[in-house]
Amino acid sequence: MDRVRLATIWLGGCSGCHMSFLDLDEFLIDLADIVDVVYGPVVDPKEYPDNVDICLIEGAVCSDEHIHHVKNIRAKTKIVVAFGDCAVTGNVPAMRNPLGKVGSILQEIYCDRPDAQGQMPGEKGLMPVLIDTVVPVHQVIKVDAFLPGCPPPASRIKEFVQLALSGAELKLQGSGLKPG
Amino acid sequence: MAVKTLTIDGKAISAREEQTILQAARENGISIPTLCQLNGTSDIGACRLCLVEVAGIPKLLPACVTRVGEGMEVSTDSERIREYRKMIVELLFAERNHVCAACVENGHCELQDLAISVGMDHSRYDYMNPKCAVDITHKRYGIDHNRCVLCGRCVRVCDEIEGAHTWDFQGRGANTRTISDMFVPWGQAASCTSCGKCVQACPTGAIFRRGSTVAEMQKDRTRLDFIVTAREKKQWIA
Repeated sequence: MDRVRLATIWLGGCSGCHMSFLDLDEFLIDLADIVDVVYGPVVDPKEYPDNVDICLIEGAVCSDEHIHHVKNIRAKTKIVVAFGDCAVTGNVPAMRNPLGKVGSILQEIYCDRPDAQGQMPGEKGLMPVLIDTVVPVHQVIKVDAFLPGCPPPASRIKEFVQLALSGAELKLQGSGLKPG
Repeated sequence: MAVKTLTIDGKAISAREEQTILQAARENGISIPTLCQLNGTSDIGACRLCLVEVAGIPKLLPACVTRVGEGMEVSTDSERIREYRKMIVELLFAERNHVCAACVENGHCELQDLAISVGMDHSRYDYMNPKCAVDITHKRYGIDHNRCVLCGRCVRVCDEIEGAHTWDFQGRGANTRTISDMFVPWGQAASCTSCGKCVQACPTGAIFRRGSTVAEMQKDRTRLDFIVTAREKKQWIA
């Protein structure tokens, strides 16, 4: 059997889902026998490769760079997974949405607060441009499966990965669906 | 006392004529999901989670406000009902800012439990991201409108059990807000007796005791049951 090509990516999130993935502990050793991690923060190649079997996307879509990433991932990946509550719902990064457009939020944080330095960030082309409304991944691209949790507990990730490796339908049941 | 005979999910049952489908189902161990329903307060059919199918009637009927009828054939579970219930829960999540990870009620929340029971793994609807106030002017309790599902349990428990009617609704549709007295901050609501029944009645983390941090809040609904039992059966038993 060909080795499974797994990718992970960290968008607008805290990396807690990746930390929870590392909590798989000795199961990681079993995984290493059958899976190649071809992209992600733990291996750090610069370009997302072609022909990825499964990609776990952590984090909400918050910037033009995130939009570019998820579209690129969709084009090169068989199974795209929204990994954790930020990817599934927007979660904590989306808490800025009701506060208004990005410009006014940045203005307040960087310029208007008493302790602010009085300078807006964002020399053109240097930083990704934040989008006005943070959205879950499935509002930008088609997502094949959802793995909720903040973070998803390691036991849930393990159950999900085992489903994926066995080719079963990627749908968690019962308490495996608990957000938060 | 007239008795009606009917079937629920194929099971033949008899019920008193003043009973609702929900009451009859529960007495017979058939579970129907609910959210706005709260024992001891009036039923209003607001959340639509208890929708059931009745043979011969094309539309779905809310079990909590539909009386049993002779020969009724009720079905509480079908592909169509499951799809609607899931849709309702997804809409509830999309309508306000329910950030479970940062909520006092995380892990003890009826909305979260419903999401699990209807099999919701994401919301198909765009989030509305409404701007919602958090009112912590009351010295003991707070209300976070981000988490409110407009079930009206606080309104009814305050009016019908405490007799204060501090809570009510303002506005319509998605713009509806739960308000205290004539839209004054809760801390200035003169009618509030600070009894805390609304805190216990609230299914989510919308109404909370001040000082609860994330996932610490556990509502104690037996306090309400105690009062309801005392009223209805004149028995002061815990």
